[in-house]
Amino acid sequence: MSNDNSRIKKVRTHISQNESLIFERSRSGAVGYKLPKIDVPTTEVNELVNSKYLRTDDLANMPELAEPDVVRHFTRLSTWNYGTDTGMFPLGSCTMKYNPKINELVARLEGFATAHPLLPEESAQGCLEVIYLAEQLLAEITGMAAVTLQPAAGAHGEMTGIMMIRALLACRGDARKKVLIPDSAHGTNPATAAICGYTVEGIRSNERGLTDLAELEKRMDDSVAALMLTNPNTVGLFEENIEKICKLMHERGGLVYMDGANMNALCAVARPGDMGVDVMHMNLHKTMSTPHGGGGPGAGPVAVTKELAPYLPSPMVIKQDGKFVLDYNRPQSIGRIRAFYGNFGVVLRAVCYMLTLGSEGLRENTETAVLNANYIAHHLRDIYEIPYEGKIMHEVIFSDKRQKKYGITNGDIAKRLIDYGFHPPTMSFPLIVPGSLMVEPTESEGREEMDLFIDAMKSIDKEAQENPEMLKHAPHTTRVGRFDEVAAARNPVLRWQATKSEEK
Amino acid sequence: MRYIPNSAEERAKMLAEMGVQSIEDFFTSIPAHLRLDKPLNLPPAYAESELIKFFKNLAARNIDPNSSTSFLGAGVYNHFRPVIIDTLISRSEFYTTYTPYQPEIAQGTLQAIFEFQSMICFLTGMEVANASMYDGSTALAEAVLMANRINRRKKVAISQALHPEYRQVLETYLKSTGMTLETIAFGTSGQTALDSLDINDQTTAVIIQSPNFFGSIEDLELAAEKAHKAGALLISVTTEPISWGLLRSPGDCGADIVVAEGQAFGIAPSYGGPYLGIFASRAQYQRQMPGRLIGQAQDTYGNRGFVITLATREQHIRREKASSNICTNQGLFMLMATVYLSTMGRRGLQEVALQNLQKAAYAAQAISSLEGYSLLFSAPRFNEFVVKTPRPAAEIVKSLTSHNIVAGLPLSNYYPDMTNALLVCVTEQNTRAEIDALVALLQ
Repeated sequence: MSNDNSRIKKVRTHISQNESLIFERSRSGAVGYKLPKIDVPTTEVNELVNSKYLRTDDLANMPELAEPDVVRHFTRLSTWNYGTDTGMFPLGSCTMKYNPKINELVARLEGFATAHPLLPEESAQGCLEVIYLAEQLLAEITGMAAVTLQPAAGAHGEMTGIMMIRALLACRGDARKKVLIPDSAHGTNPATAAICGYTVEGIRSNERGLTDLAELEKRMDDSVAALMLTNPNTVGLFEENIEKICKLMHERGGLVYMDGANMNALCAVARPGDMGVDVMHMNLHKTMSTPHGGGGPGAGPVAVTKELAPYLPSPMVIKQDGKFVLDYNRPQSIGRIRAFYGNFGVVLRAVCYMLTLGSEGLRENTETAVLNANYIAHHLRDIYEIPYEGKIMHEVIFSDKRQKKYGITNGDIAKRLIDYGFHPPTMSFPLIVPGSLMVEPTESEGREEMDLFIDAMKSIDKEAQENPEMLKHAPHTTRVGRFDEVAAARNPVLRWQATKSEEK
Repeated sequence: MRYIPNSAEERAKMLAEMGVQSIEDFFTSIPAHLRLDKPLNLPPAYAESELIKFFKNLAARNIDPNSSTSFLGAGVYNHFRPVIIDTLISRSEFYTTYTPYQPEIAQGTLQAIFEFQSMICFLTGMEVANASMYDGSTALAEAVLMANRINRRKKVAISQALHPEYRQVLETYLKSTGMTLETIAFGTSGQTALDSLDINDQTTAVIIQSPNFFGSIEDLELAAEKAHKAGALLISVTTEPISWGLLRSPGDCGADIVVAEGQAFGIAPSYGGPYLGIFASRAQYQRQMPGRLIGQAQDTYGNRGFVITLATREQHIRREKASSNICTNQGLFMLMATVYLSTMGRRGLQEVALQNLQKAAYAAQAISSLEGYSLLFSAPRFNEFVVKTPRPAAEIVKSLTSHNIVAGLPLSNYYPDMTNALLVCVTEQNTRAEIDALVALLQ
């Protein structure tokens, strides 16, 4: 099979080190640690703990390595990854922007990093002030009345918000059964509503990719607790009828939950609170630049209207006589949704980012993110189908419709992009766009990198016409090829087990 | 703005080339009256040097870690973090990447998760571990939902010696499920009173924490036996997994689902998070598990590698029928724990566990021989214990804080009746001199 990589400009291959599993690297007797000598008189372990409670396996199978081997092991592993510091990561809806290094320094300052969450309040005034400040900043940015930082991630924030809606409706004596969710929504929305005990009903989008008002009008009745809406939505368009939608929901006794995953299109330009939204979450790991960390930790603060504020999780930080204290006296609160006060370290990074940018910086970010998405759309729209034409905001959603006729799918395009030196776009949703390629460049991409991306996409389209077979087996330049995921799921191997010869 | 590569001139050029008059034109789908016509009321942008100063000042309003000593545990532990943890997790290929949806360029993250899952299986004595949950408390809530998916029962028997915040989280999660909690009291030993366990064919699971909130080691084997007799599952909870270096694993004792807080494995306290939810179960239940699972796979060339597997349980595929709504987990903190466990290794985990046991025993002995002080419970302990104090524990903590010693946690914070009870934790980080200073001040 011919495999012409002459069009690839951004990358060339270089050697990458092989590395076994850490268990295969283990050598009996090797150590990578040293503890101080124990300085208290010791007692026989059996006298302290009945032997029936003690381990008898001698921790066999746990690895034994010297420090340099541990360092080499994980360093080699790291080189097999692609991150935003490596290059453009246009993963739609995930806002893979630059993760500022100052944020990392701040989160590791000793006074914060070593602070125990159950310190007496007077010994943790710095941490409490950070939480208080973060809530104020986020309330201003979202235009909402109050904020909780307890949710550990976006989906956790969704759950918190829906629980609060449930509590409010119960308090009104108007418990309801259903949550409406547009068919374009991210998978966490329906999963969240179901976990909170609601039946999920889909709302179809109209031909423009927006929430169909007439359909909503028909479906919104007194059995519906809430509408969960992403805005801008997952086809990248602002729900221009947002005020009418909120008004309709409110008139009929329902509430509006806004998934704030796409806030990078709105920060300092418009505020959900001004649109009539009742409750929303933000993903600090998207909009507020905290690192995604290979799948977390994130943070999913929830912002609410004044009416919903009493239902926020407990405790809340309040200011009393010039001191910050934790307020547990919240009789209407939904309760706790996580131990302690949320992902404080992530919140710290986000506060650092908000203070770095200020209002003008946030607006410049938003404008540049939207400009970049439009720039990519402008240069690729003749080649790749844009199923929903409209005012593109921070991301552009293409489909593989035109490449399908050569037998090429979005998956093939994505895998080939890897050869060109890019992380692929999002493909798993929106479900209303078959073969979708959600491209979100963020403000962090310069024109040079985007031009290379545009070139790569154009070139892949040519390859689809000239050599589709080659695309179906991409990527060709990575250290591993495509995996047989079906076989992996049929006979799952989810842990390493010692073979006879390796047993200790 | 120093994070935007395109200069204002470049951006203007791009606009012009696209035939767009002004950046405002991109935002016209937002009704004009909803667009902000003035800046947000935020502090003005700080310079990097100002940020460092600002946050150092804030951090200094917390107790000074260099001149103070802490005996706080209660779910968050002060263990030494080998330096290479931060070195390695600061490789930006690790921390600036996303969930490993593209295995060809995410083998680093995927192999590390596979190693983590394997280590957790060894330590817990279980057959399947997932890629992590948010933290210990939410992992417990997910475990209860999983138990309900397995046996469809609605009652949960829950130890009173479980971390009170874990219980509170569980209560919130269960509100709309129709499931109910029944408390199992603790006895004079400080262990859960398993002989008073009253469960039946309605009970989905028994929840026992070991070492429990009071530091007492529980008889998990007996708990498993009792749970299984009623057809219920045993969910074991551990907030101090360093204890696994010494204690019999929950799996070996018969637990069906094991959840734990992984903070003790090399993660800084950081005022409550981010932490690491550890979640493991028996293989027979793997398709009911929440969260992400990484499995071994072969690529087209026959190379071994790793992929996200059994994803049909997950929200991005199953939507409202998913086993959980979790999407983001604690990837980087999973990596921290994996580096910690690799660095400490087999012998380090044993030694650190032993030091915790010995130092706590020394402190318990010294404090309980003081006039007016005694140990409230008799059961064996790991690195925490409850001291019966001659005056309210909250007062003691307050007065010792002025000597830069955080003496522990007054239990009255969670158990209002227990005013004269102080939960003390001693780890390998506390020197004999620090313990002796605490004892002297308590006198």
